[in-house]
Amino acid sequence: MSAVISNDVSAPLHQASPGSWMLAWRRLKRDKVGMVSLVIVVFFILMMAGSYAGLIAKNWSKEVGVSYANPGFMAGAENLEAVRSAVDRTVDKNAPKIEPVDLSDIDPLAPRYKEWAERTAKIKTTEIKRADTLVFGGDKWGRDVLQKAIKGAETSIFVGLFAALFATIIGTTLGAISGFMGGKIGDLLEWFYNIFTSIPYILLILAFAAVFASSPHLSAYKGVPMVVAILAFTGWTGIYRLMRSEYIKHASREYVKAAQAIGASDSRRMFVHILPNVSHVSLVQLSQHVVQFIKAEVILSYLGLGVPVDSVSWGTMLAEAQSELVIGKWWQLAAAGISMAILVTAFSMLTDSLRDALDPKIK
Amino acid sequence: MGAYVLRRLWQMIPTLAGVMLLIFVLFNWVGGDPSLVLAGKITNKEQIENIKKQLGVDQPAYVQLGYFAFEVATGFTCTWKSFTDKSESSTAAAKGGEKNDAKPPANSGCQAVRSWATNEEVPKILTSRIVPTLTIMIPVLLLETLLGIILAIGVAYVRGTLTDRMIMMVCTVAMSVSFLVYIIVAQYLFGFQLGWFPVQGWSDSFWKNITYYAPLPIMLAVFVSLAPTLRLYRSFFLDEINQDYVRTARAKGVAEKTVMMKHVLRNALIPILTNIGIALPGLFVGSFLLETFFSIPGLGREILVAVNRSDFPVIKAATVYLAMVTMMINLLVDVLYKAVDPRVTFK
Repeated sequence: MSAVISNDVSAPLHQASPGSWMLAWRRLKRDKVGMVSLVIVVFFILMMAGSYAGLIAKNWSKEVGVSYANPGFMAGAENLEAVRSAVDRTVDKNAPKIEPVDLSDIDPLAPRYKEWAERTAKIKTTEIKRADTLVFGGDKWGRDVLQKAIKGAETSIFVGLFAALFATIIGTTLGAISGFMGGKIGDLLEWFYNIFTSIPYILLILAFAAVFASSPHLSAYKGVPMVVAILAFTGWTGIYRLMRSEYIKHASREYVKAAQAIGASDSRRMFVHILPNVSHVSLVQLSQHVVQFIKAEVILSYLGLGVPVDSVSWGTMLAEAQSELVIGKWWQLAAAGISMAILVTAFSMLTDSLRDALDPKIK
Repeated sequence: MGAYVLRRLWQMIPTLAGVMLLIFVLFNWVGGDPSLVLAGKITNKEQIENIKKQLGVDQPAYVQLGYFAFEVATGFTCTWKSFTDKSESSTAAAKGGEKNDAKPPANSGCQAVRSWATNEEVPKILTSRIVPTLTIMIPVLLLETLLGIILAIGVAYVRGTLTDRMIMMVCTVAMSVSFLVYIIVAQYLFGFQLGWFPVQGWSDSFWKNITYYAPLPIMLAVFVSLAPTLRLYRSFFLDEINQDYVRTARAKGVAEKTVMMKHVLRNALIPILTNIGIALPGLFVGSFLLETFFSIPGLGREILVAVNRSDFPVIKAATVYLAMVTMMINLLVDVLYKAVDPRVTFK
């Protein structure tokens, strides 16, 4: 590059040199695995947004198919449960009518039967045509598994993203204060950190879950907000540790001292001067924690400590899938398991690529 | 050395106090009035008052904290001043649990901390549940470490080749499938369909457990943890393989096998041991998923059941005691470190 002398005289003398984020983006663009992962992750996030806005999978809770409907690609497969549920629905029409035994002289309700029959006739019932096959099969109630998986993705990714975001904010802020201030405040925060890390992580999550679930103050936030809170309050420690060491390192650097010399306040030096220089660390941590929290949410929801029964997440789908598998209905398990595996693989590889791209030492 | 251990023990006191404070704040305030949690559906004012007295929540916070510290230290809860014989059984009755116990000695003033749900003594619950957990977790840790080292040294040796990249790729994908999916599929396939292993269960005989009930959960846990372990250990080996001393060893004509097994392995063992040290406390919590799926009466499942029943005494005790165990193990690992790595000095 330097050996080639540009012939273009009209080029401005001083080109703005690309910032560190621009350089990182260029490095990331060169990384094929990273870009493919990024595309997949963006696709999932768009899907989440679409399903949140009600554009797709709006009707996931509608019972559109027969119970345990076969997936479209194996329409002919033997499926006793589906056949039985289809038969159950048609039986009242075709069966010969049996005249009811006349009990009118002893039945106290008999005089009102006629009135009720008239009222029933006024109400129009629409018989939903239930499909025999659905794209990726149906669950016990005949709901479309594919739509459920999309809706479940929304819940799981939402929880993962926001829990990781809050955990990163908590961890970064506390780490910044502890590393930059040091002294008594630093000791206090270290003590706090030691408390949280001396309790085994799973136990900490379960303790928080138990307390939050039984709390009368928090009953309004049951479900997704509560899972986010549980994961964020228990998962900030690793980020804190990293950010603290970064801040200790940076606090004594010359640019920070220079900022101090011109009278920049503590908080200004912490969050305006140092933070942009260490934010790549928290970004990688954020990405890593999204993966970790998506996995955790799935397990919590499976155990019934996560999202409520009326919503769906990959965890609740797996909980249903366990009993379905015994009767040979594997599609719900596959839908939840595979979609989660794809997202998590892509996210982990994106994290690796991000780490490489954001590391200024690698040119 | 002695001074180091003493100082570390001394430093544990504020941390432990903090753990107790955290648990206390969580379970006494964040979780709402514990007496109402215990009372459940009881609406009788008088009964609730009794429960309040019994739990001591009518006392000022520092007194309650003192009681809690006493409970943690001794495993006994002392009868509060106004505690009478009448309200004694309300703990068990409130949650509908059976009163399976012989009455505590009436005038001793103290009785063991009991589960709200089953009225079992909490220390007994913890000590009896730890055995099945360890029956599963110790073989898991041993197998995982051993297999991890063997495979990692192999993969590190062929680093950069297609085999290496493929294995790492498979590991990444394998890690992204939920543990739940592995358990569900394996239990269905090997337990239910093929019938190679029992679907679930546990017995009183250790031998039967380890040979009949435990193999499937153990193999599952090892299989699932192998991918992350392999990736991690591989990076440890790679860090060592590029060191100068390895080149020197090769230059002076040491056989490749000796270089890997003696020089590289020994040095890579140090971070591996650190990693085992980090994993050790998890041994006692166990894998609550495995224990739930395979009906293993271990600590993890017990804690989970307690969470579902809002059985606060059990969760509190498990958290505090396991935090203690964690701190002790961390100290032990740091001391053992010295034995492995002579460069380490105690400060």
